[in-house]
Amino acid sequence: MYEELKDLGFVVITVALDRSTDDARPWIEAAQPTHPALIDIAHVLADRYNMVNVPTILWIDEHGRIVRPNDVAFGDDRFRATTGLDSAKHLDALRTWVRDGARPFTDDQVRALQAWPSAADQEARAFFGLGEWLYEQGRAASAARHFAHAGELAPHDFTIRRGTMRMVGLDPMGPEFRAMYREWTQAGHPYYRPLPDTAG
Amino acid sequence: MDKDTATAHSFVLIDAGHPLAVAVVVNGGQVWLPADAVKAALGWDLRPEGLCQGDVCVPLPPESAILSRDSIDLAGLAAALRRPLALDLEERAAYLGAPAADRGAALASLDAPDFMLPDLEGRVHSLSAHRGKKVLLVAYASW
Repeated sequence: MYEELKDLGFVVITVALDRSTDDARPWIEAAQPTHPALIDIAHVLADRYNMVNVPTILWIDEHGRIVRPNDVAFGDDRFRATTGLDSAKHLDALRTWVRDGARPFTDDQVRALQAWPSAADQEARAFFGLGEWLYEQGRAASAARHFAHAGELAPHDFTIRRGTMRMVGLDPMGPEFRAMYREWTQAGHPYYRPLPDTAG
Repeated sequence: MDKDTATAHSFVLIDAGHPLAVAVVVNGGQVWLPADAVKAALGWDLRPEGLCQGDVCVPLPPESAILSRDSIDLAGLAAALRRPLALDLEERAAYLGAPAADRGAALASLDAPDFMLPDLEGRVHSLSAHRGKKVLLVAYASW
């Protein structure tokens, strides 16, 4: 997709919200990207853009304006059975925007579709930040305490709840994650929050 | 508050991701930051009219219990600046995050917040360097 569109004034920037460069490295090396492939151990992007899960995508135009706010999109349909998301819908909309400049939403619609962080969301991110720093200092037990508190403050924030699992000795694909996912979705909460025009 | 009986400690104050070691006085559950540490770590001057950066001052509560001589209580400072605080007294470390209102207002402006992040080789990239192009920003993770 990127190779197809990159000569039309278009760039992809990928950002791995990973525990370490080494966690991200095999994925980036396997993809051999020709676009910037960045690593964000401290979750700077999640803080600036109020991201609470991955994958999260945004479209930003030539003037640096957000034209599609946080959305869920996958590059292919590997996870379609779980997510219910058809990757072609997003890719078609993206091609149309890049080629024709056709924006999916007005500015007011973009604002209406945005989620702005609450005080608890930002407090959770502060505890994540403290925990992440302590983890880097080799203070794993203290870090785990702060990650747990952050997850209680923002239970919908899976960049914290799932994203810290490796730092507390848990498998983010394992039974603890599946139990977390089950509890969350059975309580009626969405795990992914796609925008209406590409959902389903 | 009897801070003269408390002892001075080295403390790490992480301001939005940037750690700085400062000398503080810990007394009970309170961390007292001297004015020079407030200036060094956060760039605010502690003045009689409040916390100031240039001509901009954030007033502090009158008769404030968060002030003691030339020091300010860290939790009170965070509250005055409306910044979330994560404090670990045992580890002698605290993280000051970004105010929810600032983050929300920045997103509502629709100007995409800039960031600077490294690639695998450690080269730092910014979003703003790509101005003039359409950008698909993709956050993902290996977890």
